Amino acid sequence: MISVALTFLGLLFVTFIIARVIPVDPVLAAVGERASADVYAAVRAELGLDLPLYEQFARYLANVFQGDLGQSVLTAKPVLADIARVFPATLELATTATLLGVGLGIPLGVIAAVNRDRWADHVIRVFGLMGYSVPVFWLGLVGLLVFYAELGWVGGPGRLDVFYEGVIESRTGLILVDSLIAGDLEIFSNALRHIVLPAAVLGYFSLAYISRMTRSLMLDQLTQEYITTARIKGLSERRVIWVHALGNVRVPLITVIALSYASLLEGSVLTETVFAWPGLGLYITNSLFAADMNAVLGGTIVVGALFIGINLFSDLLYRLFDPRVR
Amino acid sequence: MAEVAIKSQDFRLKAWLLDDSPGSALQARLGRFYLGWRAFARNPLAMTGLAIVLALVIAAIFAPWLSEASPLEQALERRLEPPSAAHWLGTDPFGRDILSRILHGARITLYIVLLVTLLSAPFGLVVGCVAGYFGGWVDRALMRLTDVFLAFPKLILALALVAALGPGVENAVAAIALTAWPPYARIARAETLVIRESGYIDAARLQGASGARIIWKQVMPLCTSSLIVRVTLDMAGVILIAAGLGFLGLGAQPPEPEWGAMIAEGRRFIIDQWWVATMPGIAILIVSLGFNLLGDGLRDALDPRQR
Repeated sequence: MISVALTFLGLLFVTFIIARVIPVDPVLAAVGERASADVYAAVRAELGLDLPLYEQFARYLANVFQGDLGQSVLTAKPVLADIARVFPATLELATTATLLGVGLGIPLGVIAAVNRDRWADHVIRVFGLMGYSVPVFWLGLVGLLVFYAELGWVGGPGRLDVFYEGVIESRTGLILVDSLIAGDLEIFSNALRHIVLPAAVLGYFSLAYISRMTRSLMLDQLTQEYITTARIKGLSERRVIWVHALGNVRVPLITVIALSYASLLEGSVLTETVFAWPGLGLYITNSLFAADMNAVLGGTIVVGALFIGINLFSDLLYRLFDPRVR
Repeated sequence: MAEVAIKSQDFRLKAWLLDDSPGSALQARLGRFYLGWRAFARNPLAMTGLAIVLALVIAAIFAPWLSEASPLEQALERRLEPPSAAHWLGTDPFGRDILSRILHGARITLYIVLLVTLLSAPFGLVVGCVAGYFGGWVDRALMRLTDVFLAFPKLILALALVAALGPGVENAVAAIALTAWPPYARIARAETLVIRESGYIDAARLQGASGARIIWKQVMPLCTSSLIVRVTLDMAGVILIAAGLGFLGLGAQPPEPEWGAMIAEGRRFIIDQWWVATMPGIAILIVSLGFNLLGDGLRDALDPRQR
């Protein structure tokens, strides 16, 4: 717990330092070029910039812990409110991507392990390595070109066709869930058509990671004696592999999945830019180009906190499921 | 006759390399290297990776000679031409040859990768070795720091840093390096904890060698092989982050032929002139796949334990 708190403090310290090294003078930005020296000094004092650095940092911490990440210049709203508004889109995207990654990655990893060093293994390994190596923003563009522009199989950029925007009431902010609650299958299927491509592009990375880890975890299990015992007992090969061996890698796999989920929240920055997906990543990049540093650093803090939180959560899950670590 | 002589020379070299009781440290080292290379060369995927990385280096060094067209000079009368005999990969919106730009872009990619490695790997190595060798509060303090940086979301932090420092290759490198070193420190520490308990470290200590000398002379050289594996695997990630920053307009600035920035330039034309954005992306994919394959192969050859 202490290390988590320290990590979070470290994150805040870095964002604080970044905020201080920006070449833009925040006082000048607030008062304008022609302000007198007195006004300049007054505003400087008001912003707390005349205090020693450690006091400024303490103030900064106090603000962050009260949920005050400052005001966004771009939207003229509190950064935290902005983030709360855009976050569900990212959550929806990252979750769908993880579901794809887990659903395909685990079976592929198992198949690769069972067929170790045979062609199925090689194909799956190279397919996985491609997932590690492909630039997501490029894959997204090519995906749009092929599946949207050429074939017309999927929806284009954005979360819905313009026609459907704002039709259903937003309860959870997750369109797939909201449309189901409202019982509107037309909107649900439209949202599904829009999310499939970005989620597949984003999920490719987690598929690569999960299948690779599943393979190596399974290889460790398959050489153990209990597997031989189970085979001698006459259990079917399917049962030995998918129930006995896979059951035993469940615990480390949870950590792997949690880690990949955390990195997807981050990886969504580039994916969202390409697909005009109105989530946290697009919010951060848009703010970046408007030199809206409060919004950029606020987004960084939120993503960092989620990152740290998910790591902690996977640690706890590990302890819960694996009695040996207690 | 001559062929037989070469054969027997070849044989003698092999015998010398594989000698059970090498006469010098150099012979022993070369022998180990040879064994590692033999394991490595048997792995076709690893050799593919090596070939790709070598091709990148060659492209970077010889770019001006490999392509006659200038990567920067504009010629609007032949803009957006599809791939042809004259321009194998087509031309971009300014009429520049895309192949030439990709070849010259290899220089930027290699420059970024090397600079990040030179900044982050030695730093992580020193932190890890010092923490592992001295233990106690030094270890705790350094590893806390490492964990803090390890928990940072890399791309986002790089984004925020570059936003603050201003766009550009050097700032992108600094931002990436800042988040790249923690895994190296972790690895070096883990290795050092094992090495520290060896007899020859005690021997060096009894001879009066200082902690700094032991770390520099005995510990660090033994940590390097696992570090090399990790660095190679990380290079793929570095290339992707650098390209991502370039794509967002935060890395190398136009008209520099940086691959990520080239994709961003071609983005508007993706529907009708697909090659403009597609070609640089394939270059990124191939090169980062090369580093991944090479890293995987090195790991299997150098350290068969961790698979």
